[in-house]
Amino acid sequence: MSTETIPSTVAPAVHSRGNRKQARRNTLIGWTFILPNFLGFLAFTLIPVLAAFALSFMEWTSFTAPKWVGLANFQRMFASDSFWIALRNTVVYAIGHVPLTMALALLLAMLLNRKLKGIGFFRVAIFFPYITSLVAVAVVWNMLFSPDNGPINQFLTTIGIANPPGWTSSSDWALPAVIITSVWRDMGYYMVLYLAGLQAIPAELYEAAEVDGASAWQRFWNVTIPSLRPTTFFVVVMLTVSSFKVFDLIVVMTNGGPGRSTTVLSQLIYQEGIGEGKFGYSSAISLVLFLIVLTVTVLQFKIQQRRER
Amino acid sequence: MTNMAEDLKAESRLLGTGLPPNSAEEDRRTERRRSPREQKKRTTDLVIYAALVVLVAALMVPFIWMVSSSLKENNQVLTVPIQWIPTEFVWSNYTDIWTRIPMMGYLQNSLYLAVIITCLQVLTGSLAAYGFSKVRFPGRDVLFLAYIGTIAVPWQAYMVPQYIMMQNLGLTNSFNALILLQAFGAFGVFLMRQYYMTIPDELCEAARIDGLSEYGIWARVILPLSKPALASLALLTFVNTWNDYMGPFIYLTSNRLWTVQLGLRSFVGQFDAEYAMIMTGSVISVIPILAIFLIGQRYFIQGIATSGMKG
Repeated sequence: MSTETIPSTVAPAVHSRGNRKQARRNTLIGWTFILPNFLGFLAFTLIPVLAAFALSFMEWTSFTAPKWVGLANFQRMFASDSFWIALRNTVVYAIGHVPLTMALALLLAMLLNRKLKGIGFFRVAIFFPYITSLVAVAVVWNMLFSPDNGPINQFLTTIGIANPPGWTSSSDWALPAVIITSVWRDMGYYMVLYLAGLQAIPAELYEAAEVDGASAWQRFWNVTIPSLRPTTFFVVVMLTVSSFKVFDLIVVMTNGGPGRSTTVLSQLIYQEGIGEGKFGYSSAISLVLFLIVLTVTVLQFKIQQRRER
Repeated sequence: MTNMAEDLKAESRLLGTGLPPNSAEEDRRTERRRSPREQKKRTTDLVIYAALVVLVAALMVPFIWMVSSSLKENNQVLTVPIQWIPTEFVWSNYTDIWTRIPMMGYLQNSLYLAVIITCLQVLTGSLAAYGFSKVRFPGRDVLFLAYIGTIAVPWQAYMVPQYIMMQNLGLTNSFNALILLQAFGAFGVFLMRQYYMTIPDELCEAARIDGLSEYGIWARVILPLSKPALASLALLTFVNTWNDYMGPFIYLTSNRLWTVQLGLRSFVGQFDAEYAMIMTGSVISVIPILAIFLIGQRYFIQGIATSGMKG
């Protein structure tokens, strides 16, 4: 009994000082935990991010000292057709990549969301392309797409397409080839996200719909799709952001060619910034890329909010 | 007749004696007893099973083709019609590649980078995550917001300032540049914090009352509890580093430092007609990932589900 009463009588006197001391101690402890990561994060992520913003308003190349030039980089960028070609290619890539990956990922998740013998094997097999090394993926698909005797064109010929496309060697078909490869690679990842979403839908919803006489199709549109809305939102945001960031797949598969037919924004940043040492100008392109990604995210967030209301 | 036979069988089963029921007959009986709904489910299951087998086989074609081509002569790779199984297995591709390109060196470099970066990322990530989730102090949430904020910025948007920085530090063309850039990622902190938030604070409280310091709680209470999350983060980081192309591409210029990805890409550039050998190299670059994935697939999927769904 006495041990319980002592703190309550002593506590008030020490309370505020003890609290402040405790808070200071906590701050110290908290920072020691965070510090090892934070130092690296500050130096190699946070500062470069902030520097990228500042650099986009400066003229700075590997041969000259940095100089404040206001919006000159942006004027130059909007006047250059390399920028518009890269922007167009990036948007086309996103328009192809986002809906196709999403639809296939959802379809696969619906097929795999059941208790069947060996279902785990199917899930793992479909997920595997996502973690396969990108170079191997690009190399294999480049050969599959090879215009003369490649397996894909052989298949197209046998099903009656007389003049199959030239894929990565044709400036019209190189981007579709990249899109097909990236959809194949990414769908397993989004399938996992959809699978988690599907498993969170209460079975009662389906039972109720069935009692009401809803067909499988109606259940899909009126139960599955609305219940998956949070997942879909997340998937769309992630897919769009990753589409605008597409970089390594293009570098390895087509390196932007033939001509400039598959050059994307990230690649332009690399070429101008690291390739040619135009630090300021490339940062201006980075800022545009960031603003696009940000706008898309915020826009989808707003749409999601309005739907929920 | 049937009724009587069924009764008899039911009795024998009840008593636990008699002959075991004929399994074929048993099947037929359950078939008849099964409601039409259940039967319908069985047929849909079969249809889905068939669909899955076809679909997965189609999706695996690139892998099948890769392995099959790696066991062929160069002129056998792009033939009409396609040979799915090589007429003659050219196993020598797998012994020749080690002398054609310094494959062993590439593998060692990749392994070195992946191990160091993974260890640092897991250690610093889980420490920081503890600070962000279990210790309360002013400014904590603003700081965490800065972490989250940078995850949203595409890496390509700040690769040029990073490069300038590394150039000034004289670290380009060294492993240190990549280690410094990749070992302190915000993603690891985020993933671990998401997991630590699910561990009840009462556990830490109890440990505090027992006289454990915060570091003790982290090491003895939280770490053992977060093994699945640690495994997820370690595996994802390892695989990402192993597969990374752009980082090494930007920073590692001398052949001596190249990773498997760079080595493979350069081999393709130099000898683009050596189809079979290129496929052999691809297979070798994928095997370590396949092994790790098969061992830890559970953690991959969990890692994606936690970092994804709560984001």
